[in-house]
Amino acid sequence: MPKKKNLNKIIVIGSGPIVIGQAAEFDYAGSQACRSLKEEGLEVVLVNSNPATIMTDANIADRVYIEPLTVDFLTAIIEKERPDGLLATLGGQAGLNLAVQLAESGALDKFNVELLGTSINAIKKAEDRELFKETMERIGEPIPESTIVEDIHGAIDFANQIGYPLIVRPAYTLGGTGGGIVNNEEELIETTLRGLKYSMIGQVLIERSIAGWKEIEYEVMRDGNDNCITICSMENFDPVGVHTGDSIVVAPTQTLTDQEYQILRSASLKIIRALEIEGGCNIQFALDPKSQSYYVIEVNPRVSRSSALASKATGYPIAKVSVKIAIGYTLDEIVNAVTKTTKACFEPSVDYIVVKFPRWPFDKFVYADTTLGTQMKATGEVMSLDRTFEGAILKAVRSLEIGVNRLHMDKMDDWDDDRIKKRLSRIDDERLFLIAEALRRGIATPEEIADITKIDRWFIDKIKNITDMEVRLQKGDLNAKTLREAKLLGLADKSIAELTGAKLNDVRDMRKQFKIFPVYKMVDTCAAEFEAATPYYYSTYRGEVDEVEVSNNRKIVVLGSGPIRIGQGVEFDYCSVHSVWALREAGVEAIIINNNPETVSTDFDISDKLYFEPLTTEDVLNIIDKEKPEGVIVQFGGQTAINLAASLAAAGVKIFGTSVDNIDRAEDRERFDEMLTELNIPRPRGISVTNLDDAITGAANIGYPVMVRPSYVLGGRAMEIVYNEEELRDYMSRAVKVTPDHPVLVDRYMQGTEVEVDAICDGVDVVIPGIMEHVERAGVHSGDSIAVYPPQTLPSKVIYTITDYTKRMALALNVHGLLNIQYVVADGCVYVIEVNPRSSRTVPFLSKVTNIKMVNVATRVALGETLKGLGYYSGLVEPKPYVAVKAPVFSFAKMQDVDISLGPEMKSTGEVMGIDYHYARALYKAITGAGMNIPKNGCILFTVADKDKEEMKQLAKAFSELGFKIVATEGTAKALQSIGIDAEVVGKVHQRSTDIIQMIKLGKIHMVVNTQAPGKHIAKDGFRIRRATVELGVPCLTSLDTAWEVMRVLTFMRDRRLVYSLAIQDYVGGGDALA
Amino acid sequence: MKGKLILQDGTTFRGQLFGGSNATTEGEVVFNTGMTGYQEILTDPSYCRQIVTLTYPLIGNYGTAKQFNQSRKSFVGGLIVGELCEKPSSSSMQKTLAEFLTAEKIPCLYDVDTRALTRKIRSAGTMKGVIVSEYTSQGTIDEMMSLPIRKNVVEQVTTPVSYTLDGRAGAPYVVTMDFGVKRNILDAMRKLGCKVTVVPAKSPAEAVLALNPDGIFLSNGPGDPKDVPDIIREVKKLIGQRPIFGICLGHQILALAMGANTYKLKFGHRGSNQPVKDLTTGKVAITSQNHGYAIDAKSLEGLPVQITHVSLNDGTIEGFRHTSLPISSVQYHPEAAPGPNDSVHLFDEFIFNMKKFKGA
Repeated sequence: MPKKKNLNKIIVIGSGPIVIGQAAEFDYAGSQACRSLKEEGLEVVLVNSNPATIMTDANIADRVYIEPLTVDFLTAIIEKERPDGLLATLGGQAGLNLAVQLAESGALDKFNVELLGTSINAIKKAEDRELFKETMERIGEPIPESTIVEDIHGAIDFANQIGYPLIVRPAYTLGGTGGGIVNNEEELIETTLRGLKYSMIGQVLIERSIAGWKEIEYEVMRDGNDNCITICSMENFDPVGVHTGDSIVVAPTQTLTDQEYQILRSASLKIIRALEIEGGCNIQFALDPKSQSYYVIEVNPRVSRSSALASKATGYPIAKVSVKIAIGYTLDEIVNAVTKTTKACFEPSVDYIVVKFPRWPFDKFVYADTTLGTQMKATGEVMSLDRTFEGAILKAVRSLEIGVNRLHMDKMDDWDDDRIKKRLSRIDDERLFLIAEALRRGIATPEEIADITKIDRWFIDKIKNITDMEVRLQKGDLNAKTLREAKLLGLADKSIAELTGAKLNDVRDMRKQFKIFPVYKMVDTCAAEFEAATPYYYSTYRGEVDEVEVSNNRKIVVLGSGPIRIGQGVEFDYCSVHSVWALREAGVEAIIINNNPETVSTDFDISDKLYFEPLTTEDVLNIIDKEKPEGVIVQFGGQTAINLAASLAAAGVKIFGTSVDNIDRAEDRERFDEMLTELNIPRPRGISVTNLDDAITGAANIGYPVMVRPSYVLGGRAMEIVYNEEELRDYMSRAVKVTPDHPVLVDRYMQGTEVEVDAICDGVDVVIPGIMEHVERAGVHSGDSIAVYPPQTLPSKVIYTITDYTKRMALALNVHGLLNIQYVVADGCVYVIEVNPRSSRTVPFLSKVTNIKMVNVATRVALGETLKGLGYYSGLVEPKPYVAVKAPVFSFAKMQDVDISLGPEMKSTGEVMGIDYHYARALYKAITGAGMNIPKNGCILFTVADKDKEEMKQLAKAFSELGFKIVATEGTAKALQSIGIDAEVVGKVHQRSTDIIQMIKLGKIHMVVNTQAPGKHIAKDGFRIRRATVELGVPCLTSLDTAWEVMRVLTFMRDRRLVYSLAIQDYVGGGDALA
Repeated sequence: MKGKLILQDGTTFRGQLFGGSNATTEGEVVFNTGMTGYQEILTDPSYCRQIVTLTYPLIGNYGTAKQFNQSRKSFVGGLIVGELCEKPSSSSMQKTLAEFLTAEKIPCLYDVDTRALTRKIRSAGTMKGVIVSEYTSQGTIDEMMSLPIRKNVVEQVTTPVSYTLDGRAGAPYVVTMDFGVKRNILDAMRKLGCKVTVVPAKSPAEAVLALNPDGIFLSNGPGDPKDVPDIIREVKKLIGQRPIFGICLGHQILALAMGANTYKLKFGHRGSNQPVKDLTTGKVAITSQNHGYAIDAKSLEGLPVQITHVSLNDGTIEGFRHTSLPISSVQYHPEAAPGPNDSVHLFDEFIFNMKKFKGA
């Protein structure tokens, strides 16, 4: 029972879709929160718009509302559910902001809901710059000289007083959106204006820049009895100036003396007390490397990305303990979940080093600015643990899946010394590799590098230890001694093979011959002081004793999905977790291997054993050699896990589920074509080419437009639609390296309706839980399309054909488990685009709306159970009477040079769901949940490509009839006038003083419909218009299909209740069907 | 060169011996879980003759500097670490840890699986061990192993002669009985203005009182408190004469002087993360600790003593006060260095007691 006796029902706010700055860590925190509330016997109501999460599973909370995170919806849910308390500190900045809005709107008072944990006043004291400054001044904690401005003049006055460089930070935003370091007045004006726009309260903080100082963080907790503890200290490898989310971070601090450590620790406790935070909090400091003086940079009065990291780094469950504090417990009353004998009121001591490494989306956003600053750009991160920094950083790099297995990037081999040296001062995603390259070549001393980069010498010397070893391996023979030393340092077998010219298998064999194996150590929060039974392990070559107890149980390894990136998000963690649960349910010991600290799967009480390790063949095989499991499940960890299947199978590991050969048949172009021919299933014509000439001939045969992409892709990487030979030549020279080993695929581009299916097959039967129809026509990546369940426009004949094809392909591939198929329907014919013999991004969504535990069933099937035995029958499951819409969410505001127009390359970072009995309202919920502010009236700008002008006419007419004012560029306006729409002509960019950009900036345009001329990839005006809409938060629709649906929503909005909420339990239980 | 630690029960841990084949040592093997503060630990006299294992694997990262020394020299028997940092980095650094170890003649075994060793001590209890080179003869090892754990450690660490540190006019005057006092304790009292005279451990009570102090401080120090009956006898005479404040060994000696009993803990409390609950306020503070013995709670029954602090981890006594006299003591280290500063207010309380006593 909670300590606060008045609490029976609690409402928890989740963090919504995954965006840069707010990722899977809040699924981890939120799930942990809900579970620990239920543990206390409380009724839990959860609201979160993100269907891809564990926390929105019907069994995590008593009532799960997958609804938009807006004040309107929250108020309606509160009114309906009448909770006693609201918990918002585990839903990231989104949750916190919403709590503040709910308090200010009076909803909490009206329905008598107590805000649990940190109070609104405390939140404001930490978040409002002026209040924060006052508080810090009162308790004598130094903060950089700063001022808050609400207009540009204040900014300039302040700069004139204290000089440059300055940092500009908008108040109340996610992940530092819109901020930056400025060195002169011009930059100051630009950044301030942008910051004012992003701030929820129109305020921007301008402060002295302390770039180059050490950045140190503390995770701190405080309970209602004023007990305070620090959970973890963290030191940023990158000095102040790079957002901590974009920094390489180590824990605990490495270069601080005890005195420095304690000065900052004491300051942390003083601050959390002054702010009266109840729960977890993150405090960031800048420490002068020369003088011990410091500044407080920032305080997050909530569970944050850093708290997730600190939890995984130490084993201390911050979210869980925060929740217990929120419902009235004190730290000394809460049991330490790791030791089970001691209390949560202590400070973890670790006996390893932790490295966190960000995962950036620059592989997707090839035109994006890769420099790092105060605006976070990473979509995800990896964490690694070892007993040395060298070992940990190398593991981290291996975990990133960026084609790198040591501190070396192939492309830098071609760079001359001068280029390497010059780039050292550039702060970007490749800096670590560049430093290593400089050291490897001996063109800069550690001292020089430390001087240029301001990265502490300690780190640079450690990197040099690695490069020195590499040079030794390159020069000398590989013998037992050098091999041992290389492994002690943490180099991968693959790296050693690469450096010595030996064969990979020979290195592995040699290692076995000389008995050079890693040992596994436990993460136990207390540096072995107390006995612990945490099944949470990491490997190290620096140790004699292995402390993992290998059981004799039946056991199976589930491979996780690694860091969150575009194309492989939290959905795959959802699947991994469910697979683990299914195994445990079946009485099998479930072992998970993963390296993402933000996720539920790496919570140590999810699986029977958690190995926090890189997902490479070597790292996985080491665990398999040790644990000797029955086999491995690869179908739930996204492409990360699938990619390991072949090499694991080659090493004799049993792969549960679909066989490696059949995985290859689905992924290998020619073998797949053969299969389709045999099955007589059509697909868009296509070929696989290994050189430019073949590509040109092939494309001409197929007929333009064609879709081109490299084989074995993830999330549509480097996929484009090209309309003629010139563009094809451009693509082949720019986007891909075509070699006989890396063919390029050229397919006919079919403009039709895209349809996606997830199915489960046991080799005999094929169950199709549901079909999803995409709103945007083929050509927009499926991950960026709005998907609708069940299909709204497909004739039954098409549905029948899709069902039939799905069954036949599943059986032909002898799938045991999940498969995902994408189809395009053109002129009533169904074509197969691709088959993924694994779980997909839509599995969590579909599982939730169909109430079929797809991963659970697939796991059991992979283990050998039959679908019939589990109660399922072949075919398409009868569609539900409601509609669910999955809408993509983008992080364009964080990536300034990225074009927002949609295409075959995936750009979204997350998703939301809207569910309702009315299609239009489900759509409204999805679009609103995705953060698009659809205007109810006002002015819509049309500027579309010639090919779209006919279709656009009808669309504009419809909008006009709804009372919108239509403005358009000249050509578009003429087309509209021809059908009698009085469209105002606006100037193209730079055409007049009141051009489009100006009008958008002045708030005269409320929505934009913009389509790109085919093939023009860098149409500058369109790009600028689209970016302007992002900067100003104006909805911009780049597909006419989306625009039509928005129209439909607007029509619906005219005469229906917009806010109507039901819990997922109501829908699937078939309850209240009256909308 | 290759070296090893051999424990009394025969368990062996291999590593590299720092300082060559002569750098062998023997002593009781203990572990400390602090992640920073290795220099403060190495110069804390309470570790006299002990072989200290640091559980954090990367040691020496920020080098050493005179200002962090806690006594005139290091008294530890030896050091066992994972990685001994070769290239430290800190603006305050004067010597690398390796240079410091050489200057202080501290034998060190590094590249050791310190976690495995810690687990061993945790389950088997602290025991004697020897650090030897790979080539040390079995005869020598047996001889070293047979040496008893020394009992005269306080004698080794205490100041040979009295000395006085000036204070502010009007502030209390403290006589510190030095059983192995850490410099930061003296600094903490001087920061509050106290004039402090440090006297040798075996100073008779009469000599202490002859200095006419406002209060008496019983310092921390090494070893088993029952090994110093002479000191306990003198402390007994001081009870009731002046306000007394004790820390660590001083706390244990005070308890024994009041008629209580002490016992040896299985593996002690050594680290910077030890939670202690103040029973008078109900609040918990994170403390720095270094002790292998504790006061037997049962033995306090019937004595004019109130338990004020307990360890949240194992419930052992971490502080008490006299029910009527201005006498109090704690098992942990409010002076920190290394460790958190959460309990420095205890020195204020001592000052308050002295002022009150003087005024009465």
